[in-house]
Amino acid sequence: MKGILEILRMSSYHEFNYRFMDKSRRNLWAMISIALTLISIGSFLTKGMVLGIDFTGGTLLELRYVQTADLNQVRETLHGNGYKDAMVQYFGSSHDVLIRLGMREEKNSQTISNEIIKLLDTDQNQVTVRRVEFVGPQVGKDLIEGGLWAMFYTTIGILIYVAVRFEKRFAAAAILAMLHDPILIIGIFSLFELEFDLTVLAAILAIVGYSLNDTIVVFDRIRDNLLKIRKETTEEVMNISINETLVRTIMTSLATLITVLALFFLGGDLIHGFALALIIGIVVGTYSSIYIASAAALWLGIKRADLMPVTPKENAADRP
Amino acid sequence: MNQYSTWKYLAILGVLLLATFYAMPNLFGEDPAVQISAAYARDVKIDDNTQKTVEETLKNLQIAPKRIERDDKQMLIRFNDTDEQLKASSALKTALSGFVVAQNLASTTPNWLLAIGAKPMYLGLDLRGGIHFLMAIDMQTAIRQDEERFSQEFRNLFREEKMRYKTVQRNTQGGAFISFTDLVTRDKAVNLIKTRYPDLISKTADEPENFSATFTYTPQALKQVKDTAIEQNLTTLRNRVNELGVAEPVIQRQGEDKIVVQLPGVQDTARAKEILGSTATLEFRLVGEEGAGSQQMKNRDGHPVWLKRSVIVTGDQISNASSGVDQQSGSPAVMVRLDGKGAKRMYETTKENVKKPMAVLFIENKVTTSVVDGKEVKNRQKVEEVINVATIQEAFGQNFQITGLANNEAINLALLLRAGALKAPMEIVEERTIGPSLGKENIKQGVNSILVGFLLVVIMISIRYRQFGIIANASLFLNVIMLISLLSIMQATLTLPGLAGILLTIGMAIDANVLIFERIREEIKIGNSPQACIYAGYEKAWATILDSNVTTLIGGLALFSFGSGPVKGFAITLCLGILTSMFTAVTVSRGMTNWFYGNRKIDKLSI
Repeated sequence: MKGILEILRMSSYHEFNYRFMDKSRRNLWAMISIALTLISIGSFLTKGMVLGIDFTGGTLLELRYVQTADLNQVRETLHGNGYKDAMVQYFGSSHDVLIRLGMREEKNSQTISNEIIKLLDTDQNQVTVRRVEFVGPQVGKDLIEGGLWAMFYTTIGILIYVAVRFEKRFAAAAILAMLHDPILIIGIFSLFELEFDLTVLAAILAIVGYSLNDTIVVFDRIRDNLLKIRKETTEEVMNISINETLVRTIMTSLATLITVLALFFLGGDLIHGFALALIIGIVVGTYSSIYIASAAALWLGIKRADLMPVTPKENAADRP
Repeated sequence: MNQYSTWKYLAILGVLLLATFYAMPNLFGEDPAVQISAAYARDVKIDDNTQKTVEETLKNLQIAPKRIERDDKQMLIRFNDTDEQLKASSALKTALSGFVVAQNLASTTPNWLLAIGAKPMYLGLDLRGGIHFLMAIDMQTAIRQDEERFSQEFRNLFREEKMRYKTVQRNTQGGAFISFTDLVTRDKAVNLIKTRYPDLISKTADEPENFSATFTYTPQALKQVKDTAIEQNLTTLRNRVNELGVAEPVIQRQGEDKIVVQLPGVQDTARAKEILGSTATLEFRLVGEEGAGSQQMKNRDGHPVWLKRSVIVTGDQISNASSGVDQQSGSPAVMVRLDGKGAKRMYETTKENVKKPMAVLFIENKVTTSVVDGKEVKNRQKVEEVINVATIQEAFGQNFQITGLANNEAINLALLLRAGALKAPMEIVEERTIGPSLGKENIKQGVNSILVGFLLVVIMISIRYRQFGIIANASLFLNVIMLISLLSIMQATLTLPGLAGILLTIGMAIDANVLIFERIREEIKIGNSPQACIYAGYEKAWATILDSNVTTLIGGLALFSFGSGPVKGFAITLCLGILTSMFTAVTVSRGMTNWFYGNRKIDKLSI
């Protein structure tokens, strides 16, 4: 916190010299990362995820009551009319009610929403429909498949780009950091039983891009410095590079975090899970570009000799 | 040092001005309006008469419309408030038959902006309210139906050819199955079928006294069948959605076997489902004379036509219909293909009725729900309409053509013949309804979080980078304008996650300027001259900016290609945001820096 205030202070030309890449620290954070990853995977395997109807299939209704809604009464009406699995809860206010129903075997699952509205919209308790979602079982499978393909192609694309522009060890390290972040987000959603829906999946894939962005900036500096500072060890060059880019890392993370926080607090209930996943992702992503990506590159044995000479610079006048 | 040439300044200014123009329509509000267009497959035109009817109807209601706009395809009537819009809409629905009257919100973008093609962003259903359906086609049932039809046709064929078969039936494992007691007849049958049905491949099995063959679609034909089924269902759905009177419906194929139907502004899911799921058929009947044995029907203009009671062929006996040109006369024609049973009946009937007129009757079964004495009553309403009357030139059977139509009539009739009923059964696999109030709230909350997020970033950047912070903030603002203008030009659908994408872009776009300014500060620390610092800052940061943005873009593109619905909306804004931010944060920001600091003596940089 002190560092952040210092960075924001106008006259700050402070030079940072945190010992990020010292072996003891690297090992400590590596242990922590491995532990968190294992907890995440463990939670995912044992507790599973609280999946939204995007993935499970089912029906969801958001109704607005003119008067304050009586949840027990709504529950009784639904349970008494054959909807025994109906889950009823407030959504945002005591006038808004969220009803969830699982998938049904019967063919007429398409008409469920209409029937429920008929049951609940009475003269004493008038309701207006805010939102209805019905998702068939096939849709969820397609979504997960699509998400996994997106991850797969991102991985391949990044691997090629970073291997060409940087070096294959950097590419491998970047992928490691890239995979670390979604695993942790999924772990937190699983551990704290937060609902995982389509927007959270989108947020995770966006974080993949964000975290890579961060990693590449650090790598870029490491690449430059490895060629420039010839008398220091790779470890020390990495330390210098991370410290040099530290202000930028914090400024950008803060800016992104601020906007996502605005989304979390002002964006409404529909976008809550999305914003939360982004918040977790930005924090984890910033951390992973230092302690996973850089440390992994070091661990994979990146050396000065591995880097190709810098490509000749083109005429500056042609640049934007 | 640090100067752009005049043309470069002008080019930047030009791009920004264009972006501003194309982003501007989003600032204007919307008028409640009624949109009138010709109903599907009807030969009605929007002309002076239509406008006259509209004006008179409105006059009777004592409503003065704000403005009436008209082109060949549609008429748009703008009103001062939604009350007038509702009244006018229901009155116009009765006054104009053959037209689709839909309520709409029309943008008040001024004409000079419309003239350059500037339009407001297309809002997704989560922002404007409406219904979204994802419907899956049951291809297995469609193929089973085809195979059952083939079996029926084979049976007829063998009877005609006087070939003795053991069994002809649809195989439970798929395919049409035939078997014979001797090999010679079996081979003859296989060859016969192969010449008549080039779409089928056979698999034979030889056992004593039981020589069989199973016919299935060739892989190419199977793909064709699937595509045709989707196309036909799309046509049918478009036809039906038109009946709903929706202003800007989206009906699109998604993937191999799904169709997306989006109905903005429609709230009544029950009615929408009834109409989308309704069945329509056709009947071919002879034209009769007034009296017993005949029924009075109406043609599309409302004129009475007397039809004989007996039905020659019904729509489900049509296996295909397409429009084309009659090879003898060169005039437009509709080619119809009937199944075996239908063909036989058609032949028998037409043989005896040459030079007599035959009519095509369109029948639609609509199910509507209404409330009578507090109870819901389902009304099954049968709508019958004569869509075409033509003279029988000679006896015909399986394949025939209907001529005597104008070109567009031929196309429409072929569509109607195909689109009367859904080719393959469909099931709603996803439904999302967003109420109008929720849509409005979503926009409000989305825009609010963007404003607050933007403001906080601006404050933070101003504190650290002072004068340069103003440049960064100005480029950030221009980035949002460029992003909005691109989304408007592409008419990409803006959704709630899309708004979140814009917000996230704001946070990430500042990165480029942070990278540049931190580089400049590093140069200052080394002790270089202010001009050299600016130059080096922009130069050195460029490679980093490019690398980091390209990698983010790779992720964004993957998200775009595999995502659906809301994910796609988010991916579009994210990808476009990255591209525009490279322009604004590097080129535009450098342009501003050069303009203010270039070629000037500076003692100290305010950064």
